[in-house]
Amino acid sequence: MSYTKRIDGRKFDELRETSAKIGVVPNADGSAIFAQGDTIAIAAVYGPKILNPKHQQNPEKGVLRVHYNMLSFSVGERIRPGVSRRSQEISRVTEWALTPLVMLEELPGTVIDVHINILQANAGTRCAGINAAAMALAHAGVPMKELVSAVAIGQMGDTIVSDVTKEEEDYEEDGEKAATDIPIAMLSNSEKITLMQLDGKLPTRKVKEVMEAAREACKKIHDIQVKALKEYS
Amino acid sequence: MTEKTQELKQKDKREIVVPGEIIAGEDFLPGDWTMKQGKDIISTRLGIVEKSDKLVKVIPLSGVYIPRYGNVVIGEVKDIVSAGWQVDIKGPYQAFLPLRECPGFVETAEMESVYGIGDLIVTKIFNVGRTSVDLSMKSRDRSLTKIRDGTILAVNPHRVPRVIGKEGSMITLIKNATKTNITVGQNGLIWIKGEKIEDEIKAEKIINFVVENTITEGLTEKVENYIKDMEEKK
Repeated sequence: MSYTKRIDGRKFDELRETSAKIGVVPNADGSAIFAQGDTIAIAAVYGPKILNPKHQQNPEKGVLRVHYNMLSFSVGERIRPGVSRRSQEISRVTEWALTPLVMLEELPGTVIDVHINILQANAGTRCAGINAAAMALAHAGVPMKELVSAVAIGQMGDTIVSDVTKEEEDYEEDGEKAATDIPIAMLSNSEKITLMQLDGKLPTRKVKEVMEAAREACKKIHDIQVKALKEYS
Repeated sequence: MTEKTQELKQKDKREIVVPGEIIAGEDFLPGDWTMKQGKDIISTRLGIVEKSDKLVKVIPLSGVYIPRYGNVVIGEVKDIVSAGWQVDIKGPYQAFLPLRECPGFVETAEMESVYGIGDLIVTKIFNVGRTSVDLSMKSRDRSLTKIRDGTILAVNPHRVPRVIGKEGSMITLIKNATKTNITVGQNGLIWIKGEKIEDEIKAEKIINFVVENTITEGLTEKVENYIKDMEEKK
């Protein structure tokens, strides 16, 4: 049995219903909300501001700090609030995904704090977080070379699908886990990849197909981000 | 329709650009908040494009205040150090007011009585370094002072040009309508000083109205109507 039809009836390259908005946190210098189906991420940016304690300052370029957090009510069973091993990992990879596009060399001695909170989770939370953070950084007026868009590509049995849901992540074939999930973040202009992780198995011959699917999906997400940013007044 | 209003209308139509968007080709020079990428010029901030002759620049719409030489700002004294005062001007860097830039002779022991910690001051930026901002309190018309009373209002610093208006037209309108004295800091802090507290509250309401409606055309007329409505309600 192979995966011929998606569980929620989407086409293989179709994204979930996506919406975005900026300026949702009045106290922050920049903020954005990004919803991808049932996954909702909210990002708030504070700064550029003075970095204290002073010994952490970098006189050559600014510092970008990312805090990713899943709220306790974001999943079916309540998760323990606070920092976990998983959230620390995602904070760090998000930081790496965002650093190449921010022109930190123009902001020496400062810090930019990015807080990502997941209001509701249904797979692809780190991607939604990166999408929201990119928009929030643009709203905060941080100089940036380009934007970044992220999407989770999946392999169900033998088929490549875009924007997987939790249900698909747990897909099984003959009683064995047959789903692979590959979050990819791609820059908008140079199409460089700033995040790529792999959870599961993927044959090398499939990598090209995955990249092609990611490029297509990231383009679509980029259009949504740009539209939301331009609606700002 | 005069030339000026036509110019304004064209300005209102200008499109918002996002970071990484191509805004001009080879025949332009990159100005503020733009950069060259290959042959094209791209924007590096969320803002509005302004092209003049051969120069293209982006006017930012949001974000923290970036200190510029000559700006009059309102700041809060944070610390007293040996050679001057540390002042928070709501920018990315702490500003410094040296002792020598204070009018008159000040004894080191008396520094606290001149500007104490927590005092608000109207001050001018006279030097912007790589990671530092220097302030000055020296002015001919004595407009740079310590704030003793009145109302302080914080607005988005990118809306300050609209609050002031063309050659100060908007701020003069508000001043005359409320009989108050208003000092607008480029960092978004506004000091309103009136005879009565009611006048200050009125001025605050009008300024907030201006800030919320910056994109709309014919703002001056709208503000005039808004002031009329306020007076009728009384």
